[in-house]
Amino acid sequence: MRRAVLIAIPYAWLLALFLVPFGIVLKISLSDTAIAIPPYVPTLDLAEGWAGFRAFLSELDFENFVWLTEDDLYWKAYLSSLKIALISTIFTLLVGYPMAYGMARAPEEWRPTLMMLVILPFWTSFLIRVYAWMGILSNEGFLNQALLWLGVIGEPLALLNTNTAVYIGIVYTYLPFMILPIYAALDRLDGSLIEAAEDLGCSRLQAFWLVTIPLSRPGIIAGSFLVFIPVLGEFVIPSLLGGSGTLMIGKVLWEEFFSNRDWPVASAVAVVLLLILVIPIVLFQRNQQKQAEAEQ
Amino acid sequence: MTRLSWFNVVSLTLGFAFLYIPMLILIIFSFNESKLVTVWAGFSTKWYGELMQNEAFLNAAWVTVKVAVMSSTLATVLGTMAAYVMVRGGRFMGRTLFSGMIYAPLVMPEVITGLSLLLLFIGIGLDRGVLTIVLAHTTFSMCYVSVVVSSRLVTFDRSLEEAALDLGCSPAEAFRLVTLPIIAPAVISGWLLAFTLSLDDLVIASFTSGPSATTLPIKIFSAVRLGVSPEINALSTIMIAIVTVGVITASLVSKRAMVRQKQEEQAAARTT
Amino acid sequence: MGDIVSSTVFEPWTDPQAEPLIRFRNVTKRFGSFTAIDDLTLDIYEKEFFALLGPSGCGKTTMMRMLAGFENPTEGSIELAGRDIANVPPNKRAVNMMFQSYALFPHLNIWDNIAFGLRRDKMPKVDLEARVEEMLKLTRLEKFAKRKPHQISGGQRQRVALARSLAKAPKLLLLDEPLGALDKKLRQDTQFELMDIQEKTGTTFVIVTHDQEEAMTVASRVAVMDEGHLMQVATPDRIYENPESVYVADFIGDVNIIQGRASAVGGETYSIDWAEGQGQLTATSATSFDNGQTCHLAIRPEKVTITADRPEVADNVVQGRVHDIAYLGNLSTYHVELPNGTIIKAQTANTRRISRRSFTWEDPVWLSWTATAGVLLAN
Repeated sequence: MRRAVLIAIPYAWLLALFLVPFGIVLKISLSDTAIAIPPYVPTLDLAEGWAGFRAFLSELDFENFVWLTEDDLYWKAYLSSLKIALISTIFTLLVGYPMAYGMARAPEEWRPTLMMLVILPFWTSFLIRVYAWMGILSNEGFLNQALLWLGVIGEPLALLNTNTAVYIGIVYTYLPFMILPIYAALDRLDGSLIEAAEDLGCSRLQAFWLVTIPLSRPGIIAGSFLVFIPVLGEFVIPSLLGGSGTLMIGKVLWEEFFSNRDWPVASAVAVVLLLILVIPIVLFQRNQQKQAEAEQ
Repeated sequence: MTRLSWFNVVSLTLGFAFLYIPMLILIIFSFNESKLVTVWAGFSTKWYGELMQNEAFLNAAWVTVKVAVMSSTLATVLGTMAAYVMVRGGRFMGRTLFSGMIYAPLVMPEVITGLSLLLLFIGIGLDRGVLTIVLAHTTFSMCYVSVVVSSRLVTFDRSLEEAALDLGCSPAEAFRLVTLPIIAPAVISGWLLAFTLSLDDLVIASFTSGPSATTLPIKIFSAVRLGVSPEINALSTIMIAIVTVGVITASLVSKRAMVRQKQEEQAAARTT
Repeated sequence: MGDIVSSTVFEPWTDPQAEPLIRFRNVTKRFGSFTAIDDLTLDIYEKEFFALLGPSGCGKTTMMRMLAGFENPTEGSIELAGRDIANVPPNKRAVNMMFQSYALFPHLNIWDNIAFGLRRDKMPKVDLEARVEEMLKLTRLEKFAKRKPHQISGGQRQRVALARSLAKAPKLLLLDEPLGALDKKLRQDTQFELMDIQEKTGTTFVIVTHDQEEAMTVASRVAVMDEGHLMQVATPDRIYENPESVYVADFIGDVNIIQGRASAVGGETYSIDWAEGQGQLTATSATSFDNGQTCHLAIRPEKVTITADRPEVADNVVQGRVHDIAYLGNLSTYHVELPNGTIIKAQTANTRRISRRSFTWEDPVWLSWTATAGVLLAN
C-alpha cells in the first residue's frame, strides 16, 4: 500500500508535467495557426462529446510538417545544427581527452584538486560563461587586442557573431561534460595493464593506443553524447555568440515561438528535433547500460 | 599511473588556462573605471555600487532565489522518492516508462521542455508566474536529484536495511532511521545541484515565466543581448565568487572528513 | 576437528517426545526457474547450535533468509515454536540475525547500535540501559561504547553485531558466515567465544558457513547441503566418521575414495574387487550390498598406515611408490602411487625431526588398513 503511494507520487508528477506536455506539443504541431487565443485551431471542446472529438481529430493534419520540408530554412537549420554539434563534439574530445589523461596520471594527492577545478565552472552560471567570451571575442576584445599587440594580425579579426565563436563557446561550456566521464574511465584503468603492455614489447605510444584508448572508450562515448545531445538543441550560445549566419534549430524554435508566435510550426520543429534526438539518446542509454553491467 | 610526462603537464596547463582565463578577464574588467569593458581605464568598484542601486536586478535576484529554494526542495523530495522506487521498487506496471521519464529530461533540449510546459500551462489556464517556474524547474531538476541519489542507493549495503527490519523497524522506520541518515550526503548534493540548475536556467524560465516574475538569468540575457556591460561583469563576479567559495568549502569539508575517517580506520585496525 | 563433547548428553533429536523449535515441512523455494531449496524437511531443537554447511549456492543462505523473514517459501511451511511464520514480516519475528557484513549502522555509535532493536520495542529507559550494558559486558565492548563502527577493528565489529542481534533476547539467532571476515587466528578464538555465549544465553543458534572446520567446531549438529538438498544431518563426529554419501565424505576433510564391486563374504563383511591385478579389499558395512553392486570405499588418510616392509597381519595391503609428500609441520601426507596409477593418501604424525624421516620420494612403500577403517558407500 505504502509502496503504491511511493510509486504513484513521482510517477503522477512526471506524467502530468513531462509526458502530457509532449502530447500537447504533438497535438498542436498537427493544428493550424490562427489569430486567436490560443493562437491555433482546432481546440478540443469536451462539451461536444464524442462527435466533437471526432471533428477535432479530423481537423488535425501534417501541414506544418510539410511546411518544414518546403521552407529550406528548417532543414538547413537541422543540418547545420547536426554539423555544429558533430564538429564541436570532436573539438571538445580533442581538448578534453588530453586533460582527462593528464588528470588520471597526476599524483594521487593532486587529483581531488584537479577534479574540483574541472567541476567548478560547471557550477557557475552557463550564461555567465558564455557572456565571458563576448568580451574576449569582440572586435575590440581581449583576444584581438592581444593578437594586434603581438603583431600576429594587422587589423582586428571578426570573431564574435560567427560560427567560430559558437564553436569556441560550445567547447568551453561543455568541456567538463567531456572530461568527467573520460577521467572516470581512465581512473579505473589498472596501471599494471600499461606496464604489462610495455613488458610485452609495446612502446609507450603503442601501449597508449592499444590499451589506454580502447579501455577508455566507454568514457569517450559517454562524454561525446553528453556534449552532442544538448548542443543539438542549444539556444544560448548561438544567440549570444553566433551571427545572423548561424543557423541552429534551438534558435529557430525560439524565434518561431516568441517572435513569429507561430505555435503550431514551433511545435512541429520540436517534434522533429525530438525524433532526430531519439537515435543518439538510445545509443547513449545503451552505452551507459553496458558500462553499468560491466561494472557488476 | 602517476608518471606525468611533459605532454600531460602542457595539456593540463593549457586546458585549465582555457577554462579559467575567460572568467579571470571577466572579473578583472568588472573593476574597470571605464564603461567600455574592453579598455582598461583604472581600478574602480563603481559598477558594484550601481548594481546595488538597480531595482530590476535586485528584484529578479530575489525571485530567482525564491524559485530556486522552492523548486530544489520539492525536487529533492520527489527525486529521492523516484530514486528509491527505481532502485528498491522492484517490478511494477510501467516501470520502463517511469525510468524513461526520469532519464529523458536529462538529455532533453531545454527549448523543447520549456515549450511543452508552456503549452501545458496555457492549456490548463494556469497564469504564468513564480508558481509555473517552480513547477517547471522541479520537473527537470527532480530527475537530476534522482540520478544522484539512486547512484548512492545502488552502492548502499542492503543488509543495513534488512538489519533494521530484523531489529523491529517497519519499512518506513527503516528508511527514516537508517537509509536516510546514511544517504543524506547524496540527498544534500542532489539539493545543491537542483538549486544551481534552477539559479542558472534561462531557457525554461523564459518559456514559463510571466510578466509578474522575471528571473535573474532572463534579466541578464536581455541586457547582454545588447552588448557587454560592466554592470553585468560585476554581477557575474559576485555570482562566481559565491559559487567558488561554496565549492571550495564543500570540497575542503568532505576532504577533511575523508582524511579523518581514514585515520580513524587505520587506528582501529592497529588496536586489534 | 575439535568437537567438544559436553559432559551432560544434549541430544533432543534422539528423543521422539521433544518438540522442535523450528520445523521445515516440505519447503521448496524457487527464484524464477531456479530451485534454491527442493522439498526440504528439517527439525531444529531449542538450545541447539545448528550449522548449515555447504558450498556457495547450495541453498543454505536461502534457508536462513526464510527463517529471518526476508524470503517466503514457495511451497511447504516453516514453523517457529509450533506457529506457522509464513506471513509474519521480519520486524514481527522473535528471530534475529547477525549479518555476514555485520550491517552495523555507520551513523550510530556502538551503544546506539546495540540499543537500536530495544528502542523499537519501546523498552523503558532504565531496562534498556541495563540491557545494553549487559550486552557490552558479554561481548567485552564496554570500552568502545561511544565509538562509531569505523573506529573499531574487524573483530570488535563482529562482537558488536553479535551483541546487537542478541540484545532482544530472540528465540532464535541466525548467524550468516559470522566469522568469514576475520583472519584465521582470530576466527579460531572467536569460535570458542561464540560457543561460550551460546551456552551462557541458552539461545538457539543457526549458523550458515562454508567452512567445514568452523561447523565441526561450534555445532551440536551439522546439516551438509548441496543444490537445495540436505545430504546429511548429524553430529560432527558422525558426519566425519560415518558419512552417508561420497559427497559428504569428500566435502568434510580429506578422504581416499576407491571404487569397486562388492561381494558378500559373510556377516557384515564384504570383499571389494577394485582393480585389475590388485588383490581384493575387505571392508565391513552395516548397510548391505548385492553381489557385484558398485560401491565406494572411503578411507581417511590418517587411518592408512605406511610402512617400508609388508606388514605381517593386515586386512588390506597394497604396494606403491611415494609420489609426493605434503609436509604440514605436525603431520605429513604421503601421496602413494600404486602400479595401476591410483593415488592413495596416507597421513602420519611427525613425531621425529624431518631429517630423520623414514620415507622420501620414489621410495617403495606398503599401505595397510583394517577392515573397519573405511566406510562402504553406495553412492
